[in-house]
Amino acid sequence: MGLQGATSTPHLLWFFGIATCVKLLLIPSYHSTDFEVHRNWLALTHSLPLSQWYSDETSPWTLDYPPFFAYFEFFLSIFANLIDPQIVHLKKGLNYSSNTVVSFQRITVILSDLCMLYGVYRLTKDLDSKRRTLIWVLVVWSPMLMIVDHVHFQYNGFLLGFLFISLSYLEEGRDLMGGLFFAVLLCFKHLFAVAAPVYFVYLLRHYCCGGLVRGLRRLLAMGAVVTAVFAVAYAPFVYHGQIQQVLRRMFPFGRGLCHAYWAPNFWVFYIILDKLLAFFLRKFGFATPTPEASFTGGLVGDSSPFSILPQITPVTTFMIVLLALSPCLIKAWREPQPGMVTRWVAYAYTCGFLFGWHVHEKASLHFVIPLATIAVQNMDSARHYYLLSIVSCYSLFPLLFEVREYPIKVLLLLLYSIIMWLVFSAKFTDGEEAKATAPIKKEAGHVAAKKGGFLIRGIEKSYLVGLLVVEIWGQLLHSIFFGERLPFVPLMLISIYCGLGIVYSWIWQLRWIIRSPES
Amino acid sequence: MEKRRGRKVMKDKEESVDDDPWRWLVHKGIVASFLCIAVFALLVRAAVSLHPYSGAGNPPKYGDFEAQRHWMEITINLPVKEWYRNSTTNDLSYWGLDYPPLTAYQSYIHGLFLRFFHPESVSLFTSRGHESYFGKLLMRWTVLSSDALMFFPAVFYFVIVYYASRPHGQKTDIAWHIAIMLLNPCLMLIDHGHFQYNCISLGLTVGAVAAVLSNKELVACFLFSLALNHKQMSAYFAPAFFSHLFGKCIRRQNPLLEVSKLGLVVLGTFVLVWWPYLHSMEAFLGVLSRLAPFERGIYEDYVANFWCTTSVLIKWKRMFTTQSLKLLSLGATVSTCLPSMVQQIRAPSNQGFLYGLLNSAFSFYIFSFQVHEKSILLPLLPASLLALEEPFLLKWITFYALFSMFPLLCRDELILPYFALSALFILIYHGPSGRQDRRKRLSFNSVVTTLLVLCSVLLHIVYITMQPPNRYPFLFEAVIMFLCFSQFVVLCFYSNAKQWSLKRTIFMDKEKKLL
Repeated sequence: MGLQGATSTPHLLWFFGIATCVKLLLIPSYHSTDFEVHRNWLALTHSLPLSQWYSDETSPWTLDYPPFFAYFEFFLSIFANLIDPQIVHLKKGLNYSSNTVVSFQRITVILSDLCMLYGVYRLTKDLDSKRRTLIWVLVVWSPMLMIVDHVHFQYNGFLLGFLFISLSYLEEGRDLMGGLFFAVLLCFKHLFAVAAPVYFVYLLRHYCCGGLVRGLRRLLAMGAVVTAVFAVAYAPFVYHGQIQQVLRRMFPFGRGLCHAYWAPNFWVFYIILDKLLAFFLRKFGFATPTPEASFTGGLVGDSSPFSILPQITPVTTFMIVLLALSPCLIKAWREPQPGMVTRWVAYAYTCGFLFGWHVHEKASLHFVIPLATIAVQNMDSARHYYLLSIVSCYSLFPLLFEVREYPIKVLLLLLYSIIMWLVFSAKFTDGEEAKATAPIKKEAGHVAAKKGGFLIRGIEKSYLVGLLVVEIWGQLLHSIFFGERLPFVPLMLISIYCGLGIVYSWIWQLRWIIRSPES
Repeated sequence: MEKRRGRKVMKDKEESVDDDPWRWLVHKGIVASFLCIAVFALLVRAAVSLHPYSGAGNPPKYGDFEAQRHWMEITINLPVKEWYRNSTTNDLSYWGLDYPPLTAYQSYIHGLFLRFFHPESVSLFTSRGHESYFGKLLMRWTVLSSDALMFFPAVFYFVIVYYASRPHGQKTDIAWHIAIMLLNPCLMLIDHGHFQYNCISLGLTVGAVAAVLSNKELVACFLFSLALNHKQMSAYFAPAFFSHLFGKCIRRQNPLLEVSKLGLVVLGTFVLVWWPYLHSMEAFLGVLSRLAPFERGIYEDYVANFWCTTSVLIKWKRMFTTQSLKLLSLGATVSTCLPSMVQQIRAPSNQGFLYGLLNSAFSFYIFSFQVHEKSILLPLLPASLLALEEPFLLKWITFYALFSMFPLLCRDELILPYFALSALFILIYHGPSGRQDRRKRLSFNSVVTTLLVLCSVLLHIVYITMQPPNRYPFLFEAVIMFLCFSQFVVLCFYSNAKQWSLKRTIFMDKEKKLL
């Protein structure tokens, strides 16, 4: 195995190389306002003293990521300054969009993906070579990362790299390092904190065990490490008396429950139910209040947008997320197995995505990409990942709304579906293997054995065909039937339809976690 | 077993682990692997098409993009008979049509597509120099769709036919070969970056080659005549087609009948395509004169062919009249493709035919009249068809074909896709797969090749970063040209020698079996 590992590592670089070529070609593609957001962060970290980073308001795109990310931008700005000082100029750089700045920022994303590369490598280095190569393809070639990071513009690959590193340490049993890297990740992007309860319970039970004294000592060690990380991140701001300002920026609860384009989560159904109830009650003659705020209009203020159902507050969503997490937490408490950590963490992000406050559709990356690393364990996981990755990639389509990128996003998704189909069917072509690796879902493995390959079930197939219908409706039929009217319907349909897929994935993951044997 | 299965993995074309790394890609058969690679190739093309085209924002003449757009404008707004004729509505000095009628029909169809979605981009007169986000997009999509509809199916046909005759071919090699053919960086850069429709004429040629390999000579003649009628440059392959088919026919029972059948198909296709211009001699000659722009001189810019390279020493343009240069270049071209033609007439074989295509295309590129940098695409095509036999030749010609177009692509601001696609090609070429043996065999004089690679890398850097001395503003172009020319000549000699050393008898036997 060791030998194999040594010989197959160049393959990982090879995949990454191919992906990098495509990423380079995508440099001139559309980029969202996130591009200017990050450019502004480069400028303000470079031009202002640390004490003003979180209070500057020159641009509407103020710094709202935790300090490590700010330090990261500061680091990048050193090079930006060498290449073109205008990039880092606070005022002159506003909305600067020359080729230099576009290439520079795109290339920082491409290079920062090396972090993900290392994370994946680390996470898979002890697997047998067939499985790891498979995982590499699924992760390195993920169309979602391509769309969000390299077209839309963000640094998710970089951040997921830290998550992978942390998970790899946990799976190795080196919990202290795992905790350390998770703390680092939190100081890069606090949205990853959704998995903190899982980490907390797992580390408490798995690391801080073995008697009272030893447990207490380890608890202190872990506490010290995490505190040290947070201290490095936040101490300078505490010193400058900026800490409150930092926290205010990082947690802007003034935003609404849903983003302008609804992420395909639970709240979509809640809103639809509210609308339907209001509609029918009105039909039957009940007076219902008309909400002042509209969901389709973008950000929502303080007024309740619901006519019938109760108002949702951030606290409510927080409680629901915790509730949804609880089966997983109980499991982690009773049986903290390193092998399950990735699943649990992915499940936590799924819950956060499904029930969280003001969730972006991009947040689905946080669980889809980690799930790729366990998709090859057995046929059932593969089937689930096949469906989930297509649905969540499709739900990202509205991000790239310009016509020019249309063929690119469609081809990316199509290519990935074909690759997944080829890869999974090659892996599960022989019945014995499917059965051998799927002890939990014997029936599934059995079905596959009989048919001799990777198959998705009829209901999943029809769901995917439905995806095609939704797309054709949005692109073509809607304007034929409704013209300019009801312009929000196509997007709403995507949210609802993809929401179904995500809920299915959530239930599937939950079932898996509950059913997993207590060794 | 378990281990072998493990390796299936990966992505799109190639790769991975030790024994049979490509199994995942090929285990479902050629169709599935072709599909996967083709989608990836389309994705890469779509990404290349985000980049600028030739002459973008560069009035008054713009570039090839404007030429193609202008042809659409002319063809959808004027009657067929006016297309090639100078008139008040059709100013031939502004990008007049100078390709054969099939290109005009293709422009007409694409013009209809553009008019449907974006009428301003092809309206008569007013659309001159039209540049818009949407206009560019639609134009790009016409190339993308032409590629997907012509070139891809042709390659698919070729792969099916080519590997049907060699059942022992490894499946992974087939996938590698498909990737090499579909992801040819030069073709992608010129069609989807610079902006042309080479995919159509090259696709028709590949289709014709496949038809020849499957012994469907009539289909081959039809397809190749279409290719000739799309771009007259396809004539680079004509000697090979002619000699191979002729050689085959004279070995049959009734040579005269066979030859005349093929001749009739060719003639019929030409009549069909040229029909609107056959009503009078004057109209016919009018179109014909448009296709042979001898007034443009024997070479343009810095193309790495014989005339341009030697013009540093011998001022051809000054020493000879255009008329005698025409004869000179014709003589040189014909005499250099003669050996390969003779070989095919004496011993027609499938393998020899592919080498013959390469050799005649080389002869034309090096010696014919009015060659353009982009013409290197033509020798490149048979080289990629031969990739499995001659991986090193393919790599070498691709490198230098790319390099010879580097100054052109720099002008088009396509440096980024140039490097990205070169890297992609190198990665695919050296994809971690089971082909080490072949590579070892071919890296014979590796010191020389390493030196040459270093040289060209250095030249790339120099070209991008340094200003040429004032006295010789085109110094770097000339050096690039020299280097590329020398490599092309070496490759040309090599492939001619190779064609002649093919084992005659073996192939004859195979032929007989197939017949």
